[in-house]
Formats: sequence, C-alpha cells, structure tokens
Amino acid sequence: MATAATTTHSGSPGDPPEPSYLTVKRGFRNWIVTLDHKRIGVMYLIGITTSFLLGGVFALLVRTELFLPGSQLVNEQQYNQLFTLHGAVMVFLVIIPGLPAALGNFSLPIVLGAPDVAFPRLNLFSFYLWCTGAALLLLSLIINAADTGWTFYTPYSTTTGTAVVPAVGGAFVLGFSSIFTGLNFIVTIHKFKPKGMGWFQMPLNLWGIYSTALLQVLATPVLGITLLLLLVERIGRIGIFDPALGGDPVLFQHFFWFYSHPAVYIMILPAMAVMSDLITTFSHKHIFGYRFIAYSSIGLASLSFLVWGHHMFVSGQSRLAGMVFSALTFTVAIPSAIKVFNWVATLYKADIRLQTPMLYALAFILLFTIGGLTGVFLGALNVDVHLHDSYFVVAHFHYVMMGSALIAFLGALHYWWPKMFGRMFNERVGQVCAILIFIGFNTTFLPQFVLGSRGMARRYFDYDPEFTSFHQVSTVGAFLMGITLVVSFGNLVYSLFRGKRAPRNPWGGSTMEWQAPSPPPLYNFYAHEQPVLYPIYDYSDLYWDETEGGYVRRPGAKPEAEGYEP
Amino acid sequence: MSASEHGHGHGDQAGGHGHGEPQSRFIQHHFDDGAHQFESGKLGIWLFLGQEVLFFSALFVAYIIYRHNHPEIFQYAHKYLDVKMGAINTGVLILSSLSAAWAVRAAQLNQQRLLVWCIVVTLLCALGFLGIKYVEYSAKVHHHTLFGKRFAPTEAPDGTEIEQPDATPGKTEGGAPAPKEPLNTVGGVKAQPVPGAAGPPPGSAPVVPGDPAASKEEPASAVSGVGVLPAIEAQKTAGAAIDTHASARPPPNTGMFFTIYFAMTGLHGIHVLGGVIVFIWLLIRSMKGHFGPKYYGPIDFAALYWHLVDLIWIFLFPLLYLIA
Amino acid sequence: MLQYLLTFVVLAQPASGPGAEAEKPATSEAQPADKAAGDKPAAGAAGETKPGDDKAAAPAAATGNPCDKNAPRPTNKPKKTLPPVGPRTDVQSENYWMPVANSDMAEHVDGLFIAILAISIFCFVGITIAVVYFAWKYRSRPGHRAPESSSHNDTLEITWTIIPSIVCVIIFLLGWKGFVDLNTPPKHAYEITIVAEKWKWSYKYPNGWVDENLHVPVGEPVRLIMRSKDVLHSFWVPSFRVKQDVIPNRYTKIWFEAKYPGVYRQYCAEYCGDRHSFMKSLVVVHPPGGFKRYMEEAEAALLDMPPVELGEYLYAARGCNQCHSVDGSAKTGPSWKGIFGETHATSAGQVKVDENYIRESILDPTAKVRTGFNAVMPTFKGQLKDEQIDGLITYIKCLK
Repeated sequence: MATAATTTHSGSPGDPPEPSYLTVKRGFRNWIVTLDHKRIGVMYLIGITTSFLLGGVFALLVRTELFLPGSQLVNEQQYNQLFTLHGAVMVFLVIIPGLPAALGNFSLPIVLGAPDVAFPRLNLFSFYLWCTGAALLLLSLIINAADTGWTFYTPYSTTTGTAVVPAVGGAFVLGFSSIFTGLNFIVTIHKFKPKGMGWFQMPLNLWGIYSTALLQVLATPVLGITLLLLLVERIGRIGIFDPALGGDPVLFQHFFWFYSHPAVYIMILPAMAVMSDLITTFSHKHIFGYRFIAYSSIGLASLSFLVWGHHMFVSGQSRLAGMVFSALTFTVAIPSAIKVFNWVATLYKADIRLQTPMLYALAFILLFTIGGLTGVFLGALNVDVHLHDSYFVVAHFHYVMMGSALIAFLGALHYWWPKMFGRMFNERVGQVCAILIFIGFNTTFLPQFVLGSRGMARRYFDYDPEFTSFHQVSTVGAFLMGITLVVSFGNLVYSLFRGKRAPRNPWGGSTMEWQAPSPPPLYNFYAHEQPVLYPIYDYSDLYWDETEGGYVRRPGAKPEAEGYEP
Repeated sequence: MSASEHGHGHGDQAGGHGHGEPQSRFIQHHFDDGAHQFESGKLGIWLFLGQEVLFFSALFVAYIIYRHNHPEIFQYAHKYLDVKMGAINTGVLILSSLSAAWAVRAAQLNQQRLLVWCIVVTLLCALGFLGIKYVEYSAKVHHHTLFGKRFAPTEAPDGTEIEQPDATPGKTEGGAPAPKEPLNTVGGVKAQPVPGAAGPPPGSAPVVPGDPAASKEEPASAVSGVGVLPAIEAQKTAGAAIDTHASARPPPNTGMFFTIYFAMTGLHGIHVLGGVIVFIWLLIRSMKGHFGPKYYGPIDFAALYWHLVDLIWIFLFPLLYLIA
Repeated sequence: MLQYLLTFVVLAQPASGPGAEAEKPATSEAQPADKAAGDKPAAGAAGETKPGDDKAAAPAAATGNPCDKNAPRPTNKPKKTLPPVGPRTDVQSENYWMPVANSDMAEHVDGLFIAILAISIFCFVGITIAVVYFAWKYRSRPGHRAPESSSHNDTLEITWTIIPSIVCVIIFLLGWKGFVDLNTPPKHAYEITIVAEKWKWSYKYPNGWVDENLHVPVGEPVRLIMRSKDVLHSFWVPSFRVKQDVIPNRYTKIWFEAKYPGVYRQYCAEYCGDRHSFMKSLVVVHPPGGFKRYMEEAEAALLDMPPVELGEYLYAARGCNQCHSVDGSAKTGPSWKGIFGETHATSAGQVKVDENYIRESILDPTAKVRTGFNAVMPTFKGQLKDEQIDGLITYIKCLK
C-alpha cells in the first residue's frame, strides 16, 4: 500500500499517472465554476492575499499619517475612511475567511482521505458570496468610503453621509459566506472521517476547524441580523437604535459584539489548530496533551459566546453586567493558556527542525502569549476603564489578530505550499522573512501598549506631541513588516515558476495529506493508491529518503489497530 | 485496510454500496451512496436551521427588551392588529406543514401524484399566507400605523379619534432639562414634519430643542442599567395629568411596536417567500419524477425548513397578536 | 416664515422657559446677564428681543468703533480678564507606563496594572526561555533523535490549569473592587453637567456658568452627569483613569476626587466623526480656594467684556473654532474672515451676510446653507443668550 506511493515521486521526469488538479481542465471558465475544493481554496487564496495587500496599503497610509501629529497625507475625514476600510477589509475579507476558506478548504478533505467536502456546490456558492462581499466593500470605497470604523456603532453609522450601506451590505454577504463554509466543514468532518479515525484520532487541525465551524454557523447569523437592522435603520429610520424614537444605541453594541467576540475566536481557533499540527511535525514528536488541546478548542468555542460584554464595560451597561462579563472573561483565558503550555511541552525532548513554517509557529507562540496576557489587563474591570478605546487595545488585538492569526496563516501557507503547488519555495528567504516579520511586528506594536496606557486614544487622526516618538517607532516597524511581507509573498510566487519540485512529504508530516501527491490529482489520491491511516502524530516510521527528496514511511510499516489514542 | 471506507450506517435509503442495485442519478460522486448523501444533507439542513434560529434571535431579544421596558406601548399598539387574520394565517401555515410532511411520505412510498399534489397544497398555503400578510400590511399603510416616526394614526384601536398633539412650541411642561434634537438633523438631513407624528408640530421650525412637545423619547434602561431620567418621568405624568384625552392618545414612541412588528413579520415573510421559490423548484422536479424512495432528500430538507418557518410564526403570532 | 420669527421672539426670552436651560441656576443666584442689566446700561439687556440692536457698542462710545478692544472704559477700573488656564502638568509621564495618578482610584488602577504587568512579564519571559532553550537543546542534528517522553501528563495539566485560574480570580476580584469604587460616588460630591456634541465638550456648573474646560477643586469629590447631543462620545481623563461613554438622550455618570492641583488632559474616547481627535479639553484642578475664586473671576470677566472680546471668547469656548476658521482657511464651515457684508449663494438664494443672517445661522443653521458647504451645523437655540449672539456678531464684523 504505502510503498506504491513511492513509485511516482517528485524528481522523476516521467509523467504522473493523472494530471494534477491545477492542470486538469485548464482555462478561466473551468476554474470559475469548479466544484473541486482545492481549486476553490486556491481562488480564495488569491482573493484573500489580494485583499490583504489592499488592507496593508491602508495600514501603511494610516501609519504614515501618524508619523507626526497633524495632517501629513490626508485630512481627518479621509483618515477616518482609511482606518475603517483597513479594519473592514482585514477582518471580513482576510482574517475571518483566511485560514478556513483558503487553507481549510484545500486541506480538510485530503487530511480525511476524502475526495471532496460534503457540499461542493455550496462551497462554490460560498466563494461567490465572498466575491460579492468584496465587491460591495470596494463599492463603498469607490463611492465615498465608509468612515464609521469597522464596528459601525450607532448613531454615527446611521447618520453619517458616507457610503455605509454598501460596506454594511458587503459585511452581511460575507457573513453568509462564512456560515456556509462552516456548515460544509461540520458535515464533512462528521460524515467523511475515514474508518479508524475516531474523534480522538483526528489531527488537532481538524479539532480547530470543527470548533471554528461551530462558531461560524451559530454566531455569524447574529451579525447578519444586526447588520440587516442597521441597514433598515439607516435607510428606513425604523428607530430600533434611535434614542429619539425609543430605540437604544447600546443595543446595537450588544448585538454586534455577541457575534464579534466569537468572531475573534473564529480567527484564532484555526490558527491554533494549524499551529498544533505544525509544532508536532517540526518537532518530529507527538503532541503533548492531545486531549487537553482538543477539549480546550471546544471550550474556547463555547465560552466565547458568554463574554461579549467585555467590549462594553464603559458603554453604559449595568455594573452587574460588567462584573459578570469580567468574571467570564477570565474563564476564557484559561484554555488558551493550556494550549500554550502544551505546545511548549511538545518542544521538550523533541527533534526540532527550524524550517520556515516552524519559525512562524514559534513566533506564533510568543506573540500569542503577549496577545493573550494583554487581554488579562483588559479583563480587569477598573484597568479596562482606563485602557478601553486606547492604543493598548489596538496593540492587544493586533497581537492576537495579526501576530497570531496572520502569522499562523503565513506559517500554514508555507507548510502546505509544496502540497498545493508542487514547488518548494526558497527556504533561506523564507526563514529570513519570518524573523524580520517577527521583529517588524514587535517594533510596530509593542510601543502601542505604552502609548495606550499613557493616554493615546484610538482612531485619532491628530495627537498630543508627547506621543510622537512612539508613533514614529511604530511606523518604522510597520514599513519593515510591510516590505518583508511583500518579499515573502514574492518568494512564494517565484517558487511557482522556479521552485524545486516538491516531494509528497517535504516536512515529515504524519497526517494523511502528506501521502497525496504534490500537487494532488483531481480526487486527491490516485485511484490505485488509497491513503493509509497511521496512528496520529506517530513519527517513528518516517524517515528521509534521498531519492525521493522527502519523507517516506518505512516500507512494510503496519498501521496500528483502530482505537489508538495518542 | 483502505481508508476510503467511511464509517456510517446505511439507513433506509436503498442503494448501499456493493449490493448492485441501481442508484438514483442524483447521488453525487463524492458520496459513497445514497444513504451517505442523505445523512450528510440531513445534518446540513439541521445546521442551517440552527443558524436560522439565531438569525431571528436578535429580533426576539429586542422584543423582550422593549416590551419589558415599555409594556404600555405593546398593550396599546397590539390592538391595531387583526387577530382573525393572524389566526387564519396560523391555520394556513399549519396546514402547509402537514402537506409538506405528507409530501415527504409520498416520496418515500413512491406515490408520485400524491407528492405533486402535496407540494401544490403547500405552495397554495404559502401564497395564501403571503396574500393575507399583504392585506394586513396595506391596512397598516392606510392607517399610518407604521414603524418609527411613520407611526401617525388618526384613530385609536377602538376607533375613537386621536387628538393631535398641541402645536404651540415653547410651552413648558415640568421643565424638561434635556433638550432633544431629533437625530436626523445631524448630518444634514432635514426633519420632515409629519402630521400628528411624535415629532415637531407641523409647520413650525424643524429644529426646536427644549420643546417638550417634541421630546418624546424614552431611554431603554434595562439594557443599560442607568435609571430613567426623573425629569422625563415627571413630564410623562405631568403630561398625563394635563391631557384629558390620554386614553385615546398613543403612548410616546408607540412606533417602536410597529418597528418590531414589521421587522419580525417582514423577515419571516422573506423566509416564506424563499420557501415558495424552493417549493416551486421541487414541484418542477417532482413533476419530472426525480424523486422516489431512493432519493427524496430535497423534499425532506425543504419540508424541515418549512416546519421551522411555521414554528417561528407560531411564536410570532401570540407574541404580537395575543398580548393579554 | 412668520411662525419662524415668532419662534425666535418667543425663545429669545433668556430668563425663563427652555431657552435659558443652559444657564439655569441651581442656586438662587440670578442670571448673570440679568444682574448686569441692573448694573450697567451698556451690557446687553435681558428681555430685549430685537436682534442686532447695537446697544453693546457703549464701551467704545468714545470712538464709535465696536472693534476697538482698547477703547476707554466707562469707569476707571481696569478691565477684568478671564483667568488664564495654565499649561498642562501631565505631559511628562510619571512612570514608564502611566501618566500622573491624580486620585486614590487611579493609584489602585496603577497598582493592579503593575501587578498584572509583573505576572505577564514573568510568564512571557518564562515561556520565551523555555521555547528558545528547547529549540536549541533539542534541535535536529545528524544523529540526534527525540528521546522518549510521555505524550501527556494529567497532573501537570491540572496544575497549570489551577494556578492560572487562581491568579485570574484574584485579578478579577481586585478589578471588580476598583470598578465598584469607580461607580460609587460619595453623597456630597460636587455635581457638574457635561454636554458632549460633535466636536466639543461643554461643562455646566451649578451656578449656571458654562466653560470649555473642566474646573474642579482639589481634594473634593466631583460627580459628572453627562449626556450627548448627537452620537456616542466618551469622557476620558487619563490622569484619573476614568472613562465613561456619553450617550444621546440618556445620562451617564462618573466621579473622581483629585489629589493634586494641576492641569490635566481630557479626551473624547469614542469615535464620533471627522474631528474626533480634536475633541479634547483640560481638567483644571484648583488648589484650595482657587476653584471658588476662578468661578467668581470668570463670571465677572465675562460680564465686563466688550462684545468683540466676548465674541472672541465664545468662538473658542463654545467650539465654533472646530468648524470655522478666522484666518480664511477652509474648514467644515465657511471662514469668518472678511465674511461680514459679503453676498453669498445659499440654499435659499442670494443672501447678504449681515447681523440678521448671522443670528439666523446661529439659531437655525440649516435654513440658508451657503453653497459649497454641508448642512451639518448644530443649532445653538437655547444655548446662547442674546448678548452672546451680539458678541459673536460684533466679533465676526471685526474680522477683516
């Protein structure tokens, strides 16, 4: 079984038995109506990275403007539009869809040994919804970009003159893209697990995708109805959030954050999931504390519904509500801490390879630790009163959304790149970029903690002169990070043309996708080569094969009996 | 042992792998067999229904909060609704749920004609529901009992004429300390004087801060925990003492009831319309004989969706129409 | 149109009715303007309704030029000036992280902040050391294999769950206590009303004085009753570590007690539109006796001001400077420089900028909006007395 896999290997000049998913049925028209989860994943990837570059340009414009107090490039209204679009594009177009839609779509069926997700047509429809949402956000940008902040608080969002309707409409449509993707993944995991893979033999990547998908299906509809009510309020003045008509603007905040707090877990859970897989692979050692990591994913998903009020301690909600939300917020901190400890314990007595994906994973551990710990400051009620709506919060959420979720996305992208496109990127460039991004990121956002606690408010176009030096350091870091990100994407794209052909298993991963050819054929595995389920995270039989140029299972390795538990 | 065998049961649908029986041509390639496809679809539709419940949830929460804070608005305004029509709609939807469930059974038992008729009945009921809703909505448009500022009825629910609010600006009534600017003057949109509306009196200057006749808002305190402004409470009772036609005049911000009414029934109506489209599609397919014992998933799932739409109405009807 | 003018006439009564709500005294002190009417015939008279009446020109009667701030005064007393607000005393941070902590509650916040910081640094350094050390010690090299190790250890898991949980509970309790203190003002606190609007703060004192800065006495608890006139704002004074959202059609409250005198920065901390970052003011903590003195001096100076100075003061104090420049530069609203006497196209046809038009623009700004500008100016009906409007008109007239 497994030995058959080595007959068609990467370095061979001979043709593989089937064309890969990239080359079978070429042409734009074949891609745009494809039902193949891998092609859909690649299309998402193109859209998401383009959106990321757009959001990044907005970010650099914001940071340039903030290099000095007063106006440098833009006026105050344009600045407000810049940070609004930066936030909306990054949150709704990049981070929320990012890992699940682009990389999850590609990897999930292959990891399960399945030919596709449960509902391929729904998958394509989700992608079309993503494109529609992106188009609507662009429409807002073109007409008169919304200037409400990505949080669309009323009454400002119902009274401002900018193009709020397309922006909110875009976010609404993107919500449904997310819901349907989550729905698809839940059914796929339930119904397409291979024989022998029980829940506790699943790769942790899938635990994370599953928890995320639950949040996508259950939390996003609340955003949907909230944005719908906002649209109707703005267009029809129905009054539900208008105090002059008996409505309550704080009600909008409750509805909005009821989704948006689980949303941040939609961003981080897939990141943690993928990092679990990466860390174990590059440690060449089983993960430490599998069950605890799995349970903590579900725990985070459940608890995330209970803490939305911690965004609203000073909003006018009652003191009792503040107390309850603060207490619950501390409970949700604990599962994340457990994960970090388990990852670090995985490194103990391991066999660690510091290749590019692993550098991103280690950066993730450190940056997520900072992000999570700074969340503790914000959970403490009276400290949050001072820090709320200051740069401390900006720094905190960039550490968790960018320093953790985006770094994990980059790590996962480098990890699966050889599988997706059959090419190896330049390892040295990848490693240097990972380190520079880490340095650049910290340079950008560490000073912002101090800015916040010293009194710098967020969403400020102009600021008091005593904050200047911190802003300047932050801007320099942002440019370093931006340039390095472009270089790292360039490194990946360059590999498509000039990269070495990738073996099936360049990193020594133990999960099933590394048995598929790189890149896989249309139905993920050749017809005569069905994948074999090995014990989860067992590296004892994996060794480097020079002729193959990658890792293979020792010939004759027998899979363990069913029910193996790590 | 190949990993391609999927651990699932075989269920009622025939066409299990290895038995050699012909499968429906609608079983997709990536599923093992019809049973696999059916079970996946079933889980999928239940997840979809779960998210639909959450989609409506915010409206139910808004209903609870506003009714808790302002029971007088709900007590007064629900009488504008026609309970008879609401009850007919409830019956119509329950009947349509019955026919939808029966359609599933018919497909399972290969009763093709019955299947078609059941779908037709379901569709007729759904269209009937929408028709009655149209009648109700147009009555409200006619009586100006609409959402927010457009709530401007000339008659109370019992038919007595409503006295229009006093048109003199500048009259003090208990000294409201917090002058209100209607929000729609910020950002440059001029306030439209609406006859008899809870807003500035007709013909006067659009913006009259400090005019108690224009200050009709009430803070929703349960959400925030901040107490109701004592001055506004005083103004309310003062207003009630002065006003001899208090029972005929709607409480302030009664438009909020209709905001919630239209939001909830409107969203529900959109879902009914969606169901109509789905059932038309199913009707065409069942007339072509696509469905049968080996493949009836779409009917089953659409019927499940329809049951949820019915269930939501069964909540809406008492909450909106049958307030004691 | 007639109703329009009648509205002006009726509402221009400053002493009673909603028009005077801005100046409503909590004590029995009469309206400053009313008092002035008895003292000086020159200051704007209460009860007079004719707008644009040039009664206010009396101090410059000698020259007849209302723009002359240095005209000889009717009495021999020197002109009273508004007490100046000194420079900020909180520019330099007290420690690396925080501005000066000017209250006991602020010190409690700082204590908890530093405690969490210490725990965080400890955890982060610990994890970093572990990661770096393991990555080095167990790095892959020829001949190296991962030694045997267990894949789980329930005792360890429980331990590193329980200990952080205990720490979190302690942090929660400390934070909660501070929060309860923040929301429990003493009964005898001095109350000041704050009105927030795009984009300025107005501080209204119990005696009717309205200021653009928050003046408080040192060592006494001060309670702020806040509301917004339009969108959400948030009142934040970093030195006191207090913050509270300010909401339309509702009052929110906050309190503090200043420990040290000085001048501290106050910000708006909830995004509210174009000039959100300019919506800031100062908290002036007066040493003992200073607060009372300030209030007396401020009122006296205002009464004593010639109209052109009054207008100049109001231009800044009442926030006109957010949208109108006086040097010709373009802002949200037209610049006042040289505007008086010009004829402009407006939404209601051609209009000459005279006293009547300026008054109308203050009280009903959306009536005749100058072409090329948006109708975003809020009304000041009920917030400016006639003498104040006179002062603004004179000031605008004098801006050549």
